[in-house]
Amino acid sequence: MTSATRSTWAAIGLAPFAAYVLLFLALPTVLAVASGLVDADGAFTLDNMAALGDPVILATFANSTWLSLLTAVIGAVVGALVCYALLGLSETGAVRTAVDAAAGVFAQFGGVMLAFAFIATIGLQGVVTQLLLGAGIDIFASGPWIYELPGLILPYVFFQIPLMVITFMPALSALRPQWAEANLTLGGSRASFWTRIGIPVLAPSFLACTLLLFANAFSSYATAAALASQGSQIVPLQIRTALTSETVLGRENLAGALAFGMIVVVGVVMWLYSLVQRRAARWRG
Amino acid sequence: MNGIAPSRVTRWVIGILVGAFFAIPMLATLLYTFRDGDGFSPVHWAALFDPAKTSSYAPIWVGLGNSLVLAVVTVAIVLFLLTPTMILVHLRFPRLRPGFEFLVLLPISIPAIVLVVGLAPIYQQLGRMLGTGAWTLAFAYGITVLPFAYRAIQASIDAVDIRTLSEAARSLGAGWATIVLRVIAPNLRTGLLAASLISVAVVLGEFTIASLLGRQVFQTALVVVKNTDAYAAAVFTLLALAFAFVLLIVIGLAGRSRTRKAGS
Repeated sequence: MTSATRSTWAAIGLAPFAAYVLLFLALPTVLAVASGLVDADGAFTLDNMAALGDPVILATFANSTWLSLLTAVIGAVVGALVCYALLGLSETGAVRTAVDAAAGVFAQFGGVMLAFAFIATIGLQGVVTQLLLGAGIDIFASGPWIYELPGLILPYVFFQIPLMVITFMPALSALRPQWAEANLTLGGSRASFWTRIGIPVLAPSFLACTLLLFANAFSSYATAAALASQGSQIVPLQIRTALTSETVLGRENLAGALAFGMIVVVGVVMWLYSLVQRRAARWRG
Repeated sequence: MNGIAPSRVTRWVIGILVGAFFAIPMLATLLYTFRDGDGFSPVHWAALFDPAKTSSYAPIWVGLGNSLVLAVVTVAIVLFLLTPTMILVHLRFPRLRPGFEFLVLLPISIPAIVLVVGLAPIYQQLGRMLGTGAWTLAFAYGITVLPFAYRAIQASIDAVDIRTLSEAARSLGAGWATIVLRVIAPNLRTGLLAASLISVAVVLGEFTIASLLGRQVFQTALVVVKNTDAYAAAVFTLLALAFAFVLLIVIGLAGRSRTRKAGS
């Protein structure tokens, strides 16, 4: 066999995977976006895209944005503190092993189950709700907010913090002890190490992780869907409504337009993420 | 020795405060499952084994069965489609690697809720060709697990010099099938194990795609049961989270045995 035919055979070996990715990743993404650009008869129209300017839709995008921003910032700050607390512990020790596994479970596989845990905790019949009620505190005095937008904040923070721990820990572990020694040799203090070296060096990683958390919250569907069985306060829930009912706001293919809007937001955020991440990787040897 | 590490007090304060935030919902859910009228009893846990209750839990068992089938098919996609492609790219097309990496990490940036909008018409077609069996969802799940599985397997590929191994095997007269199955795969076993376990965890926790395509899986069944028996849903939630936790502990320990070997 000549090397040319061998290369051909090797290239053919890539074909099954290429076909698979084309059919189940590229095609659905294109279809999702394209369906926002056609009307019920399949003719090209920008009518659905105009729906993105609808006050109702704009409000859901605004809701999604502040929910994601708020939980990303809280998650990033608290997650970074957790990473700091884990610093210096053996990576193979029991604490790190347990925290890594728990972070993985809550960040990536919680979804519906996190919603249930929060309903059991601070739902109307929740354990903590009833406990506080016994102490004379009614957390739902102003209405059952757990099933509305504010109710999403705690469960979202619950999966944002672990994601921060997973993504920020590598950056923090890469801080070199020699830098702390150099700082001390030159007469610096523990505080000056963080203000002059640690924080400036980690800032790009921290920003990158916050962007990732934002995209994560913006894309998340399961927790919100299980908590808010009706209503469409955030974009993913609005897509659910658009998919499961015939027409929303008197428009066909609204789901496609919403999907397009989401892809744009998440795409821009992830693009910024990769830019900042590249900057962050510069000092890592 | 490490001037960066926090003091013992700082460590404990952060640990206790954040630990409480995570422990309270879990403990509250546990207490919730033991609630019985005004008192506490294991009645909701005992109900799992009560034959009279079997019919109300039926959706869970059906969903769990479907999810397990999906997990098997998804793992098969990871092991028999993704892994050979990764080996091929590593050995024969190293210049394609950045593009390949971009492609397999792409599903992180494409929300499942967006994917499902485009998957709906595809699954309509697929339903006509392959039927509406639950297992067909695995094609979509194979995409959602790509980034996780890729990272786990790539870590193994980077740790083992599979190029030298495959050249050595080839010079001894081995064919490609022998090289992949008997030389490379055994060396990647920790990565393959981690990729498989993490795929199982992702599949068991997946809700978005299954729910909007109208398939019955474990998570959609939880929502169904929640509406009739919130306690049962809480019991299964705790069991599933505990199961995922154990899977990830196993992944962590498997990865550690490799690093220790590499270090010695």
